[in-house]
Amino acid sequence: MSSSRRSAPAWLQAAPFTLVFALFLVLPLVLVAAVSFWKASDYELIPAFTAQNYLDAFSGCGKLFGGGELCVTLKTYLSTLKFCVLVWAITLVIGFAVAYFLAFHVRSVGAQTLLFILCTVPFWTSNVIRMISWVPLLGRNGVINQGLQAVGLIEAPLEWLLFSDFSVVLAFVHLYTMFMIVPMFNSMMRIDRALIEAARDSGASGWQTVWNVVVPLSRTGIIIGSIFVITIVMGDFVTIGVMGGQQIASVGKIIQVQTSYLQFPAAAANAVILLLVTLMMIWGLTRVVDIRKEL
Amino acid sequence: MGDGKRSPAFYVLAAVFALFVLFLYGPMITIFVLSFQGPEGGLTFPMRGVSLHWFAKLWEGMGVVDVAAAFRRSVALGVVVMGATVLLALGAGLAFRKRFAGSGVLFYVSVASLIMPSIVVSLGIGLQFRLIDTAAKSVLESGGMSGLLEGYGTAMGLFTSALGAHLTWTLPFGLLIMLAVFNRFNPAYEEAASDLGASPWQSFRHVVLPLIAPSLVGIGMFGFTLSWDEIARTSQAIGDVNTLPLELQGLTSTVTTPAIYALGTVTTVVSFAVMGGTWALMRWLRTRGGRRAAA
Repeated sequence: MSSSRRSAPAWLQAAPFTLVFALFLVLPLVLVAAVSFWKASDYELIPAFTAQNYLDAFSGCGKLFGGGELCVTLKTYLSTLKFCVLVWAITLVIGFAVAYFLAFHVRSVGAQTLLFILCTVPFWTSNVIRMISWVPLLGRNGVINQGLQAVGLIEAPLEWLLFSDFSVVLAFVHLYTMFMIVPMFNSMMRIDRALIEAARDSGASGWQTVWNVVVPLSRTGIIIGSIFVITIVMGDFVTIGVMGGQQIASVGKIIQVQTSYLQFPAAAANAVILLLVTLMMIWGLTRVVDIRKEL
Repeated sequence: MGDGKRSPAFYVLAAVFALFVLFLYGPMITIFVLSFQGPEGGLTFPMRGVSLHWFAKLWEGMGVVDVAAAFRRSVALGVVVMGATVLLALGAGLAFRKRFAGSGVLFYVSVASLIMPSIVVSLGIGLQFRLIDTAAKSVLESGGMSGLLEGYGTAMGLFTSALGAHLTWTLPFGLLIMLAVFNRFNPAYEEAASDLGASPWQSFRHVVLPLIAPSLVGIGMFGFTLSWDEIARTSQAIGDVNTLPLELQGLTSTVTTPAIYALGTVTTVVSFAVMGGTWALMRWLRTRGGRRAAA
């Protein structure tokens, strides 16, 4: 504010906001980090400084190169990473196509807004509802199995449609593609249309224009969307739980189960590991972009 | 792109877009239809009659779960989160217009909150309140206040830990929207008000506030809907009671009747009502603002 007279000082205006994050984000994270080194008995937490929780998390992992079975933690991380990569790749491709269509092929702002709203309306429905809405379609007696059987393509119902890796990935894509579309669309709308014209005038084909002009200039949106999708999938336990029929392991699920058994130090150690892995992935992505410039 | 004829790419992308929309809506429409399943009907097609039977069942409650109570809790929490998000984000947004020490840190902390795996935040808050409980109990014990001690359950609750957990999720969105709004805000209006002798409060109240009111309504709506649907951050930070989405998540593995679809339909109707109301309010504020400016 340019006013020279007294207005409320900035720190006071930001104080309640800051306080919330201090109390409910920073302090809890500090506690998680601290408690990951504590010990626990059946009913109480004992302050200590031990690496035992981390050693437990990776117990058996040392045999990795001995040709034996993978330990539970690594297996779970690999499974979660697999979901992460699959969902990321699929949402990236679909999201890019949709955002590109909206930004470059829909000509009037009115139509753009309308189609955009069309995509966001499903987000007003609860995520759990959107997950279980696949049940009548994918189930053993679901629409797809009935349809395929009626046509005679299959004899017996397909079992892998529901409560499987397939349904987990499908639900993730269904729920979170929008997180890719919004930032990418935002970036694409900022691209100067003259650049596209120039590329075409210089003889670039459609693909060449997309690959050499649109993709590099949408980089920020692509990265922000990717960060969203990756962090959501890495920490997820709800989607994998519901769509995996509570049978598929995930890192989030491990933490949730340990918490429900009040094994806080073990859960905290796993949370720290998860956080480090996720941060490393984000760090890799953010090296190329400054989020704050893009608002 | 600028010329009259559509390229073949347009039709391909339009088809992709149409399929994407079908993919988004198809499953949801299925469960809305199935929630009106006749009393004899099951979780999948065919429909055996059309009835409100499952809505009535829902109203009676589902087993041990008191859906109506969870519904009321979620609405109450959503409303409080909405109010707090608007006020705190507005304060922070105003503060970010000026320079203040630590603004950079605050910005990155709130972005970190957005991309932090929710299970980690939830575990941290759960842990924090557990330690608060332990501390409170030992204080009461050493103080000899056994009467209070017996009555003391936990500090965790809807409007303590769960509220904090929700705010770590809604406030970053609120701040990002505020920053985007003020980035595009023309300070000339305020300067004019100030030149005409308005105090900082007057220029805020009569100039800035009416101009940003529609965005504030949008932030409020965002706050409510994010809270209404939040599971992951609430899961470990709520204590003995549950919000509606948490109950819903639990019900997915136990309920095997279309009553769960009816619940899905009801929660969706609430979301749509909130969105519709918000949209009407924003329009009203805009037209009123427009009339004022014209007058």
